Amino acid sequence: MVNALLGGVLIGVAATLFFWLNGRIAGISSVIVTVLFTKDRLWPVLFIIGIVAGSAIFYALGGSAPIPRSSFPSWLLILAGVLVGYGTALARGCTSGHGVCGLGRLSLRSLVATLTFLSVGLLTTFIVRHIFGVI
Amino acid sequence: MANIIALVTGLIFGFGLAISGMTHTEIVLGFLDVTGQWNTSLLFVLGGAVSVTVTSFYFIRKLTKPIFVDKFVVTEANEIDRPLVIGSALFGIGWGISGYCPGPAIALLAVPNWELLAFLPSMLFGYALYWYLPGHRTQKVGAAATKSKEAAQPTCG
Repeated sequence: MVNALLGGVLIGVAATLFFWLNGRIAGISSVIVTVLFTKDRLWPVLFIIGIVAGSAIFYALGGSAPIPRSSFPSWLLILAGVLVGYGTALARGCTSGHGVCGLGRLSLRSLVATLTFLSVGLLTTFIVRHIFGVI
Repeated sequence: MANIIALVTGLIFGFGLAISGMTHTEIVLGFLDVTGQWNTSLLFVLGGAVSVTVTSFYFIRKLTKPIFVDKFVVTEANEIDRPLVIGSALFGIGWGISGYCPGPAIALLAVPNWELLAFLPSMLFGYALYWYLPGHRTQKVGAAATKSKEAAQPTCG
């Protein structure tokens, strides 16, 4: 729980610095879209490199890396990937853009988005795990 | 300077994501699965992050401009429209199936595994699908937000 809270605070601090200094919302989905499809590539590439490097530092310091599920169907991961990419682009934000930043600026749109993906996520996990038995 | 800031804030963001445990699908899905042993970590992550941003954004929004660039890039959109709800629902389905959202998927590039190999390219394909299918880039939210070229960029929130 301490790590979760500390991680959350660090994410909040990063979002704060990014907004205060660079004037932008630290939303990962929009950073990815910007780097993939626009000409404004340098800052989002650096931001993404930063994320990978920051994460690498944690694991290099002895943080336990996630162990992949050996029996989880790959087609479900592929389907999920497409849905996450398309969905967050369409909604213009994901957990960071709508969740962390949008709620931070008290945006009603972001509140609706966050409640939607949380509730649909809860329902989906229930169906996948307990009706189809995929874990 | 703004580019250095992007790198440094990314670094803090990535370290935060990794230490928070959000790259572990068993923790994320352990939260989304409220039956059985409920894992409340995600509440602490989101709660910790939002309590910081709610406080700091309140003050930042009073500023006329950011420190290192000329203006804030924030959408003025406030409509609850179909793309917002449908997109969030589709994201929720993908998140609920896999346990991955975009940030952790990127952070996981530091310690990639076979799951990421299946998920990440598919996610990028999903973004391409959105970008290249007709209609979406002219959706009302973007057009209403700004008339500049930046309208094509999804400024979140």
